[in-house]
Amino acid sequence: MADLVSHHDEVKIVSSRFGKGAADIETYLKLNGYKAVQKALTMSSDDIINEVKASNLRGRGGAGFPTGMKWSFVPKDTAKAKYILVNGDESEPGTCKDRPILEQDPHAVIEGVIIAGLAVGAKVGFVYIRGEYRYLVDIMRKAIADAYAKGYLGKNIFGSGKDFDVRWHTGAGAYEVGEESALMESLEGKRGIPRIRPPFPAVVGLWGGPTVINNVETLASVPHIILMGGQKFADYGPPKNGGTRLFALSGHINKPGVYELPLGYPLKKMIYDVGGGIPKGRKLKAVVPGGSSTFILTGEEAEQMNMDFDSFAKRGEFLGSGGVVVLDDTTCMVKFALRIMKFYQHESCGWCIPCREGTDWLKKTLTRFHNGGGLRKDIDNIKYLAQNMLGRTFCPLGDAAAIPTMSIVDKWRSEFEAHLEGRPCPFDPAAKITELPVVGAH
Amino acid sequence: MVISDKLDAFFTEKMKEYPTKRGFLVPMLIYTQDELGYLSDEAIAHLAKKTELTELEVRNVISYYSLLHTKPMGKYHVQVCTNISCMLRGGEEILDHCQSKLGIGHKQTTADGTFSLEEVECIGACSWAPALQVNYDFHENLTNEKVDAILEQYRKRTRQ
Repeated sequence: MADLVSHHDEVKIVSSRFGKGAADIETYLKLNGYKAVQKALTMSSDDIINEVKASNLRGRGGAGFPTGMKWSFVPKDTAKAKYILVNGDESEPGTCKDRPILEQDPHAVIEGVIIAGLAVGAKVGFVYIRGEYRYLVDIMRKAIADAYAKGYLGKNIFGSGKDFDVRWHTGAGAYEVGEESALMESLEGKRGIPRIRPPFPAVVGLWGGPTVINNVETLASVPHIILMGGQKFADYGPPKNGGTRLFALSGHINKPGVYELPLGYPLKKMIYDVGGGIPKGRKLKAVVPGGSSTFILTGEEAEQMNMDFDSFAKRGEFLGSGGVVVLDDTTCMVKFALRIMKFYQHESCGWCIPCREGTDWLKKTLTRFHNGGGLRKDIDNIKYLAQNMLGRTFCPLGDAAAIPTMSIVDKWRSEFEAHLEGRPCPFDPAAKITELPVVGAH
Repeated sequence: MVISDKLDAFFTEKMKEYPTKRGFLVPMLIYTQDELGYLSDEAIAHLAKKTELTELEVRNVISYYSLLHTKPMGKYHVQVCTNISCMLRGGEEILDHCQSKLGIGHKQTTADGTFSLEEVECIGACSWAPALQVNYDFHENLTNEKVDAILEQYRKRTRQ
């Protein structure tokens, strides 16, 4: 079980039931459980969508797409079956915020799925949870079974005359399946290879039917929005960045943990106050603001940033998944870039050549570089390879590999230079020179 | 039957929830592996028949997912995360420690078949790093001493 933390600046909405045993349906009911879905049953689908639009809720998986708008793209008049798909394939490095939701408040996710279904006219929802989170699959299985036993799922839910089914599903280890189109392929029992878009899932999704795909946290926010009203939720955050979100603090920080803070919260305060600062009195060097796919900030930049989607968009960057990774001044950025690339090379499905070849070449070059075999021309070549993956793949995995790499080369070029011509890593002169095993893409 | 009747009946029931026969394939593969320890040729043939796919199509799916294995692993599969959040808090040292303690390397199994070891990508324990999983159990905020106690605890279970 994931340890829970607390800080006085937290605004606990999605996390309001954490630590209260709400995975048990009776406890959940005592904590306003299944009230939101009953309210939603009295609302028209347009009213539900408008309430979510008013909340300014944006996708918590990382892309930050407005949820209400996404729902409104689903065609109203279609003979095809529509689906809600919950993305619980949390695997972005640095991100562990869906885990406490699924563990502590699984019924909130179920409620969110039903409400999304009422909004778009779907009758079935799938909750896809990554294979490594087996204990959470078990918690979700029980939660779904309990909801069926109470008549909250199945035929004629809450005596409304409406039917809704929620199914649980599990993956088997694949980062790329967190991408929406690969997620659908995986749910259909295939390799998680991304689909070309358009058509977008809202029109042609699972088994050809219109499909809404939302992150766990996004859907867990929805019941609270329905109960408190969209405007109230919106008011917690800055304009167009509604509400609160779960931030997972990790890395070189005194109090790592998952904290729920209003969007727009200053990153400096998040690190030094909420996170208790950097251990051993060391200096802040860099921050990964929202999972390893985001542009990496220098310490100076990080101290100026507010954690909302638009503050990052203004810089042409991304807020990402809520996974905030803090790096102190003992960290070798070349090694950090290598570890990130090793991950993307391992996870590239091999479908798009720029990603398959690009991640592999970058891993090889960075390995050689970190081992002291770097040439001056490699530095620009690393950036060139990364730039040539950007925007040239079906899914964002290629971009995700390129973005941190480009920002590390741009911002820490001197560290690459310090590794040149056989010099040992300045941060770990005794580092053993090892050749990483060349593992093929999936 | 290659897999237990109970598991097979469970699959038959769950498959009805999907519009196609292969919809539940990925969970079926992982639950089959849990029961058998790995995906044997016989198990693959069985699931192919059940989903009306060719064995090749099933193998195609298996090769994509990193948790699925077609060879036996240790009874306790130790998966050490060394991705960024774990790396910053000593994940690589934890991996080194497991290697020397178990006397095996990445994707290797001890001679008695008790343990296997794998360096894995982010397991979603970033705020509780460094972390590892033994089969599906999370072990977090690790130190070398904690790792010793964890391994000993599993070793004891095999003796019982």
